[in-house]
Order: sequence, then C-alpha cells, then structure tokens
Amino acid sequence: MTLRIVCVYPDLLGTYGDSGNAEVLLRRAAWRGIDATLTMSRSESPLPEGDLYCLGGGEDGPQVLAAQRLLDDGMLATAVHQGAQVFAVCAGFQIVGESFPDAGGAIHPGVGLLDVRTTKGSGRRAVGEVLVEVAPKESGGLGLPTLTGFENHAGVTELFGQAQPLGNVSKGIGNGAGERIEGAHAGNVIGTYLHGPVLARNPSLADELLCRALKLEVLSDLDDTREMLLRDERLQQVSALTR
Amino acid sequence: MALRTLCATFSVGLVNGVSRRLGRGSGTVAGGRVGLKIHAGLVGQLCEGKSVALVSGTNGKTTTTALLTAAMSTGGKVVASNFTGSNMPAGHAAALAARRRAPIAVLETDEGYLGGTIKEAKPDVIILLNLSRDQLDRMSEVRMLAQRWSEALSRSSATVVANADDPLVVMAARDAGKVVWVAGGLVWKDDATGCPLCQGPIVFGENNSWRCVECSFARPTPSWSLNEDKVVSPDGTVGLTLRLPGAFNRSNALMAMAGAHVLGVGLQEAADALASVSDVAGRFHQSEKDGIVTRMMLAKNPAGWVALLDLVATNPAPLVIGINARTADGADPSWLFDVPFSLLSGRTVIATGDRWRDLSVRLRYAEVPHFVEGDLGHALVRAQQEADESVDFIGNYTCFQDALKATP
Repeated sequence: MTLRIVCVYPDLLGTYGDSGNAEVLLRRAAWRGIDATLTMSRSESPLPEGDLYCLGGGEDGPQVLAAQRLLDDGMLATAVHQGAQVFAVCAGFQIVGESFPDAGGAIHPGVGLLDVRTTKGSGRRAVGEVLVEVAPKESGGLGLPTLTGFENHAGVTELFGQAQPLGNVSKGIGNGAGERIEGAHAGNVIGTYLHGPVLARNPSLADELLCRALKLEVLSDLDDTREMLLRDERLQQVSALTR
Repeated sequence: MALRTLCATFSVGLVNGVSRRLGRGSGTVAGGRVGLKIHAGLVGQLCEGKSVALVSGTNGKTTTTALLTAAMSTGGKVVASNFTGSNMPAGHAAALAARRRAPIAVLETDEGYLGGTIKEAKPDVIILLNLSRDQLDRMSEVRMLAQRWSEALSRSSATVVANADDPLVVMAARDAGKVVWVAGGLVWKDDATGCPLCQGPIVFGENNSWRCVECSFARPTPSWSLNEDKVVSPDGTVGLTLRLPGAFNRSNALMAMAGAHVLGVGLQEAADALASVSDVAGRFHQSEKDGIVTRMMLAKNPAGWVALLDLVATNPAPLVIGINARTADGADPSWLFDVPFSLLSGRTVIATGDRWRDLSVRLRYAEVPHFVEGDLGHALVRAQQEADESVDFIGNYTCFQDALKATP
C-alpha cells in the first residue's frame, strides 16, 4: 500500500509553517521504508483521494474561502467516512468543526467532521508557547508524552458531542473556552491550535497519525536525537515561563 | 523652533551621548524615547520644512533606505536617516534630532507604524516594497496590514512609489492620490495567491504579470522597470551597476531610483550614487581573517530566505545559519518550515544561534546533513577551518547583529 498524504490548500492554509506537518509525515514514513506520497493540493484543484489529510493555519479571509471550497468539493468528508485520517491545525482545526467566525465576527459553516464550534474571543489574542498534558489511553486519550507548540489565535473553541480534548493545558491558553484544555479529537479527526510545526516538535504525535493511517500498532524506531534535543529544551524553557 | 521641541531634541542627543559612552549600544532608541516623552509630536516637528521620504515593506527596507539616502546625498546634501534600522518612532526621533538642520529625511518605517508615521511626518514620498509573512506573533496578518496601509495612504498627499509586482502592495496603494508603479519584483508569492479584494485565485504569468481570475484586480502597468543592467524610467534609460549582490538588491535599487526621481534627483546622478554603496548596516559586509573571507547576510523570514537561497545555494563555501527568537526576531521560528532548505543539500552547513535545535530539526526534514554548534563564535571558527577560501553566514535579525560583533 502507498500512503497518500495530502496537504490541503497550502495556498489558503499555509501561513504558519504548518505545511511542515505533511513534510514530517512523509519523511518519517519514507525513512522507515514505507511507500508514501505527498500531494500539495491547491484550492483551485479538486481535492484528491488520500489516506491522511493535513490542514494548517490561515488568515481570516482565506479561511472562509477554504471552508467553502471544502464543502463544495465534498472529498474530505467522503474520505473521512471511508477511513481517511485528518490532522488539522489552527484555522484548519476551526474549519473541520461545525462553525467558525470571520474577522468581522460573522459565523460560517465548517466541514462538520469534528464536534467543535468556534466563536470570536472577547479577550486578548492567545499568542505564545503551550504545553499540553495528553490524556492517557485508558480514558480515551491519545496517551502521548507532553505536547509542545506555539499558539496564535483569537478564536475560542468549544467541544460538544463526541469530541474529546487532546489534553490539559499546563502553559498557555489552548481552546480558551473556560476549561484549560487544548485541541480535540474524535474518530479519525484530530485538531489542535499548536504550530511549531507541531509534528516536528512532537514526533510521537506524527507517529500516532502514521499508525492510524497505516492501521499499524507500532512503527520501527527512528533516530530522533535532534527532535529530542529540541523537545527537552522547549519543555525546560516553557515550564520555566510564568504564564 | 518651539521651546519644547528644542528641549526634547536636546535631550535625545544628551541621552544618546551618555548611552554611547556607557557602551550601551548605539543608543538611538533610548534617546528617541526620552525625546518623545518630553514632546509626543517631536517627529512631526522635526520633519517640518524637510523633504521627507518613508520606506516600508517586509523585506529590503534598510537597504532601500541606504540606497535612497545615497541618492539624496549627492552634491554634499545632508540627509537625516535612521540608517541603523531602528524603524519605530523613537528611532525616527533620534535620527531627526541628530541632523536637525538636514533639508532631507529618509526614514525606514516599520510596517505596523507606517500609518502613524505618515500622520506625523507628512512625507512627500512613500516607498512600498512588498508585504509577506513575518513575525506572526507580533505583526498582524499581512492582509490586515495591507488594509491599514490603504486607509493611511488615502489620507496622505504623498506620492506613493509602489511595487506593482506585489498584489498586496497594489491593494494598499491603488486608492492613493499619486502613485508611481515600479516593477519591483516578487520572489515570495505564497502570501499573494488569493485576491486581496475578492479572495479569488491570483494567477502569475510571464514577465511578472498577475491578475485575479474572478475580478478585475490585476497588475498595474509599471512606469519603472529593469532591463538587464539598465533602469527604464519615464525619463529614459540609464545603466545600473551595483556593488550589492543579488537580484533582490537590484529591485531595491530600482525602488530607490524612482523615489529619488520624485524628489528631483536626476537619473544618472542617482545611478552613480547607488553604485557607491557596498554594505548596508553590515549586510553583505565581507571580512577577512587568515585568508578566509566571511560574507555576512541577513534573512529574517521566508521571503528573505528565498531571495538569499537564490544567491548562495550554488556556492560551495561552508554556510553558517544562525537563528534566534528574541523580541526583535519574533518568538516563534515555525516559519523555518516555509523555507525550501533542501536547496542546500550538498553544502557544508552549520546550525547555530539560540534556536539551533529548531533549525537542526528543520534541516533534518529537508534532508540537509549539517553540524550543530550552539555557540555562534565557535560555529564561525569551525566554518573558517572547513573553508578553502570563503564562508557564508546567514542569520536572522539579532543573530546577525551578534555575528557582526564576532567578526572583525
């Protein structure tokens, strides 16, 4: 089987280095000898069939357009119902939910793949380093080590229905809707506000996505010395922050 | 000059003099802040009676400011300019106070402060270079910035010298009263792929042409352009020889020439002045030690990197890359993944700076083998040991400043 990774609309959802998530997934598959392809699927073309879709952050106007195009295109929802995985960051996280606001506060429909809804926050924009303590597998969580990343968003995201948070925020704001939680996941869809890109900063999350897409329990080890040096430094630096 | 202005101006000089003597940097910002505390309208007061040019945009501000200053200095004219790159009001106040009697001011202006500076300084000409993603934790999204520029320009009587090749700049400048369109080039198109008016797709064609597929928004016809080694202007054609390297610097020079023309400088005169500029606040500076030449370059965002990769990718010399994430750099180096570093594979690359770990992970996923050396000085020494003739250094803002101090 060839693992088909699709980076969704890098022209609209590519402001924050998040295309790097798709690059990380491609390399981590290839380094293990797994046959994988990456398609950078721009918004003017139909979304191709894939096994693992990545959505990134974007500005307000392009975000509205991306959601409209995804709804018109229909492929993302079809693929998810057929078992494809979705990993969505920031504006992408909001888009895969039920609804989200534009710059003026008007609410737009999302693709509806995850039970979250986003509204315009009343407080300050959430900008800065974040640490997330991921819920253990026993309680329905992803059971991963602490996640590190950088958030930059004005939206406030509420979970409902099937959606579970990725974890509890120990530094930073996260979803910002009262509870100190970050991101959401349910079924084949994972969403988060973390940039970094988050999969470069947290290789265990990248490997979790690869396992899900490949339907494997475990993957062979990679030499992650460089990623671990970065993780350790970030964990140490960010833990020391006062916020 | 009103007493308060005089007092504020004097304080700027006093604080900066003390600050310099204490060795606390060049002191431009410290003095400027004190001056603005005493008189909030100091920048406006000091600009009165001067010909004023503002230079703004994401990349090329410092270089274009230096080139325009050179063009305006012909015939021994004194020009007040914030040549060190302190491009917010305190830096402006300091530069203006230091050369109070200068008849001309050329001010590099931070993108986010352009509106306020226009209001204060009442410029005669405003040069707008480009807009792309930069320091997203501090700056607004680029479209929001373009919108704010547009509002500020519609209230100004200045002649706007605008880059016709950048759709976001065109959006900002199109409603200004007087616009000179310049074919200023655009190396980074990823922030301009959606129409800033209707969100439709923008298509880029040959010779830098572009248009929106869904509305009438399209590239205006420029009256200034480059034709190989010549500048083509409404007043005719003139040869352009620069000591600064790279296509992006030729574009900066073209923008500066158009700005100088608005302020009355002749074509040949301006071209001659630009040819004399060899290093700008240390950028492109070459230092030599033990027979090894180190070439100093600055790139602080993806667009800057793409422009420089074009220049350095095929150079076989060892390359030191330094990344910091201090206040002046932006707190988050996620953007490293927007840079096509894979172009560097095959070169000897050394990762350094405060955030060498982020850079090292980025280079791993770009499949660029590299060394890591957290200490900047050690990284430069190591590269010089590996070099036959020369070393390239590229750093982002504060890392570049540190490297300048570390090289002779």
